[in-house]
This record gives sequence, C-alpha cells and structure tokens, in this order.
Amino acid sequence: MNTALSIKDLKAEFVQQFENKQANYKFGSERRKEAIQHFRALGIPTTKHEDWKYVNLLPLSKIDFVPEVLSTIASPTELQPYLLAEKEAYTIVLLNGKYAPQFSTLPEITPKIIITSLAQAFEQHTELVEKHFAQIAFTEKEAFVALNTALAEDGLFIYIADNQVVHKPIIVYFITDAQQQAPQIQIRNLYVFGKNSQATILTKFDTLGNNANFSNLVEEIFLAPNAIVDYYKIQNENENTYHIGTTKVRQDTRSVFSSITVSFNGAIVRNNLDLDLQGEYCEGNMFGLYILKGKTLLDNHTSVNHALPNAQSNEFYKGVLDEKATGVFNGKIFVRQNAQKTNAYQQNRNILLSQDASINTKPQLEIWADDVKCSHGATVGNLDKGALFYLRSRGISEESAKALLVYAFANEIIEKVKVQSLKEYLEFLLSERLQITT
Amino acid sequence: MLVIQNLKANIGEKQILKGINLEVKAGEVHAIMGPNGSGKSTLASVLAGREEYEIIEGTITFLGKNLLELAPEERAGEGIFLAFQYPVEIPGVTTINFLKTAINQIRKYREQESLDAVQFLKRMKEKAALVNIDDTLLKRSLNEGFSGGEKKRNEIFQMAMLEPKLAILDETDSGLDIDALRIVAEGVNKLRNKDNAIIIVTHYQRLLEYIVPDFVHVLYDGRIVRSGNKELALELEEKGYDWIKAEIAHV
Repeated sequence: MNTALSIKDLKAEFVQQFENKQANYKFGSERRKEAIQHFRALGIPTTKHEDWKYVNLLPLSKIDFVPEVLSTIASPTELQPYLLAEKEAYTIVLLNGKYAPQFSTLPEITPKIIITSLAQAFEQHTELVEKHFAQIAFTEKEAFVALNTALAEDGLFIYIADNQVVHKPIIVYFITDAQQQAPQIQIRNLYVFGKNSQATILTKFDTLGNNANFSNLVEEIFLAPNAIVDYYKIQNENENTYHIGTTKVRQDTRSVFSSITVSFNGAIVRNNLDLDLQGEYCEGNMFGLYILKGKTLLDNHTSVNHALPNAQSNEFYKGVLDEKATGVFNGKIFVRQNAQKTNAYQQNRNILLSQDASINTKPQLEIWADDVKCSHGATVGNLDKGALFYLRSRGISEESAKALLVYAFANEIIEKVKVQSLKEYLEFLLSERLQITT
Repeated sequence: MLVIQNLKANIGEKQILKGINLEVKAGEVHAIMGPNGSGKSTLASVLAGREEYEIIEGTITFLGKNLLELAPEERAGEGIFLAFQYPVEIPGVTTINFLKTAINQIRKYREQESLDAVQFLKRMKEKAALVNIDDTLLKRSLNEGFSGGEKKRNEIFQMAMLEPKLAILDETDSGLDIDALRIVAEGVNKLRNKDNAIIIVTHYQRLLEYIVPDFVHVLYDGRIVRSGNKELALELEEKGYDWIKAEIAHV
C-alpha cells in the first residue's frame, strides 16, 4: 500500500482494497458491492460533517496501514497480560479481527447456544445470520458501516436461543498485534438474543506492540422480548490506536440492555452506540467512563430512540481528562410521537485535570410525545476546592487528595460493573493511572 | 503552643482580620466568641491553611514553627486539626479509607511507621465508641447524606482518630440538638489533656456549658476586643453582643 497523503486518497485506497479482493470474498458479495458504492458516495467524513465536527481523521491518512496482517502471536502466554482473571467464563480471542480458536474456550455449539466466528456462522448458520445481518447497521448514511460491510471478513457471531440463560460471562478479547506492522482491521459482530434469554458479553480491546493500528468495528445486537443483556466495551489499546466502533442495538418488548463503555487510551477513539427501543416497557442503559491523558481524542457518540410507550432509558457518562486529551460526548434522545410515558435520563460529567485538556459535550433531546419524563445535563469542572481542602486539612497530600477525589468520581461507574474480575481490573487500571498506592 | 501576632488577613479585597493577637498554651481551652461576620470562622480557616485567604501581615507560630509557611497537610502533620463548620460531603470515599490514608500520611510526615489494618481497626473501634458513632456510618461515603448531627460527630470522631495537639472547633454546636451537643461535648472532653489545646469558635454560650473554657475572647470586626474567663461568656449570653459593640463605638 502506498502512503496516502490526503483523506481522498485514503478513500481510494479502501476502494482499491475492495477491488483487489472482490472475487475472493466468502460471503455477501452482492451486499459488499452495494456497500462499497455507498462508501464511495459518502467518503471519509470530515469535520464539516455535523457528526464528525470534533474528530479530524486526517492523521489516519498519513499512516501506512496494512490490511490482513497475520498475527505472530503463537503462545497463550503472550496474551496472558490481557486476560481477565475470571475463572468461569467463555473466552473468545480474535487476533487482528480473525477468530483464533486455539486461544478460545467455548461451549459446545448446540441449537441453544452458538458462539463462533462470523465467517463460520455464514457457512453453518446461514439462515439465522442472513435474517439479522445488516438489518440495523445501514450502509447508506454511515461511511464506516459501509466500509465495514464491504470489507469485513470475520468477527463474532453469538446466538442465544429463547429461554436460555447463560450464566458465565462471554468474554471476547480483541487483540491487535501491532508488533511488526500497522494493521488495518475490519471487525463485524452479530449478536442475537432470543426471548427470555440472558447473557453477559464483555468485549475487551488491547494492542500488542506500539505501532499504529486502525480498527473499524461494526456490531449489530438484537434483543427479543424479555431478553436481558449486559454488554461491556473496555478499551485500553496503545496510544497509536485508531478505533471507530459502531454498535447498533435493537430492543423488543420488555427487554433490558445495559452497556458500560470504559476507555483509557488510544490516538483517536470513536464509539457510536445507538439503541433503538422498538418495544413497550424496554429498558436501555448506557454507562460510560473515560480516563484520558496524552493526546488521546475520544468521541462517545450515543443515541437512543424511543419508538413505543412506557420504555425507559438511562445514560450516564463520566470523564476525567488530563494533559492534552480531548473528549467528545454527544448524546441524543429521540422520543417519537407514539412513545408516551417515556422515561429518559441523560447525564454527562467531566473533570478536567489540566489546562490543555478539553471536552465538548452536547446532550440533545428531541421529543414529539407529550406525556414523558426526560432530563439531561452536562457538567465540566475542576476538582472541588472545598473537598480538596477538607482532605488536605486531615494531613492528606495535595496529590493524594486529588487522586482520591478522581478515583471516587470514576468509581461511580466502575461500581456498576457486575463481572467481579473486570471490576477489579478496572480498579487496578484506575489506581495505576492515578498513581494511587494502597 | 500557638502564638498569633498582629494577624491581618483578606479575602479578595476585603479585610477580615485586622490584627489578631492570641496565645494558646498546652492544656488550655480557649473560646472565641463574637457576632456573625466578626471573623471567627476566617481565623479558624486561616489556622488550618485555607488558601482563599491572603495573609497581609502578622505571624502565626505553632510549636516554634512558622505556620504560615506550611501547606494544610503539613499543618495537620504538625498537629493542627480543624473541625469544620460545614463538613464537606465526598461521594465515593468512605470515612474508613479516608482516615486510613490521613493517619498514615500524618505518621509518614512524623516519620512514624504506618498503622497496620489491625491497629487501625482497633483504634477506630475505640474512638467510635467515644463519640457514639455508628460503624455503618463509617463505611459509607464521607459525610454523604449524613444528618447535621452525624456530620459534626464525624468531625469529632476524626479528631479522636488523628489526636491533634491543637484542635479548632468551628461552630461545632451549630445545628445540633441538645442530645447531639452533649455527645459531641463529652467526646471533646474525653480528648482533653494537659498536652493538647482546644480553640472553640462559637456564636453561643451553649457549648461552653459542656466544654468549660479557661479563656473567652470576643472577636469583633476582625479584632479581639475583650478577653476574660468563662464568666465573660455568660455575660455575653445575658446581654448579647450589642453592649460590646456599644462600648467599642464609645472608645
């Protein structure tokens, strides 16, 4: 691949990449053709695009990314530092976006529980996959969804049948091997949860090596009536990571979807999370925490669509930004005319620890129904001076006092984590970041 | 122990303290009384090192050290404790964790070994009993959702845990009913000894019925305008502050 010099060239390169491979894709060749047309029309978004106002993707075009980089990781010990200490779990490892069965421990595939690679699922569970694939992630408007639909060859497929309760968390490690090259990765996930099913999906993103890397992730998640799903996205990749993630969730009646997104690192990280509440009495929860330093740019772009009555959504994101980090929070709540008795709550709170850190926060409400309860708000501040003085007057150094307050601020989100090993891991990462020694 | 000389302090452009002189010796209890806005709480805050105040003149010497050169945490290390008029609520930090950090950082400052978990818990049990504070309260976030009385009791509990040489109680009696006041006062009395000193900042005489002061000072318009023994407090209670104001206006 030649070094791209501008955003326009980057677009051309992706199209070229598609054309080179075109004859060899294993699934969805018609869909891919359509998607690449859409991508061609959309192009890579620039900051003139309202949804990309604060995210300048120009740096992406300056790096010589290589598609289909094979990971050199051969032994499980190389992965050990990234694994959670959860004893009872199903684990799946994807290396540079490719399912790595040698590092995964999965339940036997039954008609009740299917956890496998997307490529395999297209072969073995064609009907089930086709019924859901690309049904909520559309290529017409979103360039990175189009790009992913055109190029992605693997990812994860999870299917939990009606009435199945999966007690063990399903932990998915997305490991980027950036030791030798600068990989460009397209990951596509599809999760389908049947009626009355319950499961926990924990996705964790890490990088090996310090090279630049780019992942474009698209996920579609379906919850049938009464399904209860806990979803986690944990990002602690290297500081040269470019991640664009799009997670689309469709919820049916009385289903409960709860997400926690925690971000620690990266060059440019974009998380799109869109909940579509297409059932009465649904509950959608979106929680997030970002602890940023260096020059990381993180953009959490979320939306929730209340289509029908009596549903509730609850969104709460907290951020701590240090050094030259930049954060973006964009949350939209749509309450459609039909969606009476909606309860929607949205909150974004930020602490800036340095003069050079910044946050752009934009909570938005669009309400067409009249009998609803909605609230939203955003705060940006420094640490509370009164609290700092109180702690210091008890003999606690200024540094420790700050760390204690930031820890407490962040911990409000970590406390919501239900997977014990993850909770401990996040507490550890947070202490490490704040240099707290206990 | 504490010598304050000609202390003048501003907040913003406004001068609050206009030349305070005060000496406190080990084993003594001093009450500083005065009407609202006289500078009582400012004096308490300045002693603890609150940075919003600008010291424009004067000295504070504590156990031979220039207090004004020390950060709030160093003052705590030297043995100064301020019981806040309005204790701050800190969500997410439990009283126990906070105190463990505080005690061990103070011990580090004094070049003492850290308390281990067992020693810490033992001390905590003892001192909690002293101020009759509930264990479950200490496991909760610091002051969060505490009633006024619980907050004040928690201040005295912290005082007991940190064993200061000089404790400054800033309006500790405000917002307390008589039972809570008694508990707090008893706690303070149990902590009194010949080696430490206490400054009680208060508007009313009420607390002084339970913690009997050796000296009473009246602060008015940034100066100590009168000093006496506990009788002075009773006189103030009886006559209010107006007669002092009148007397000063006269002079």
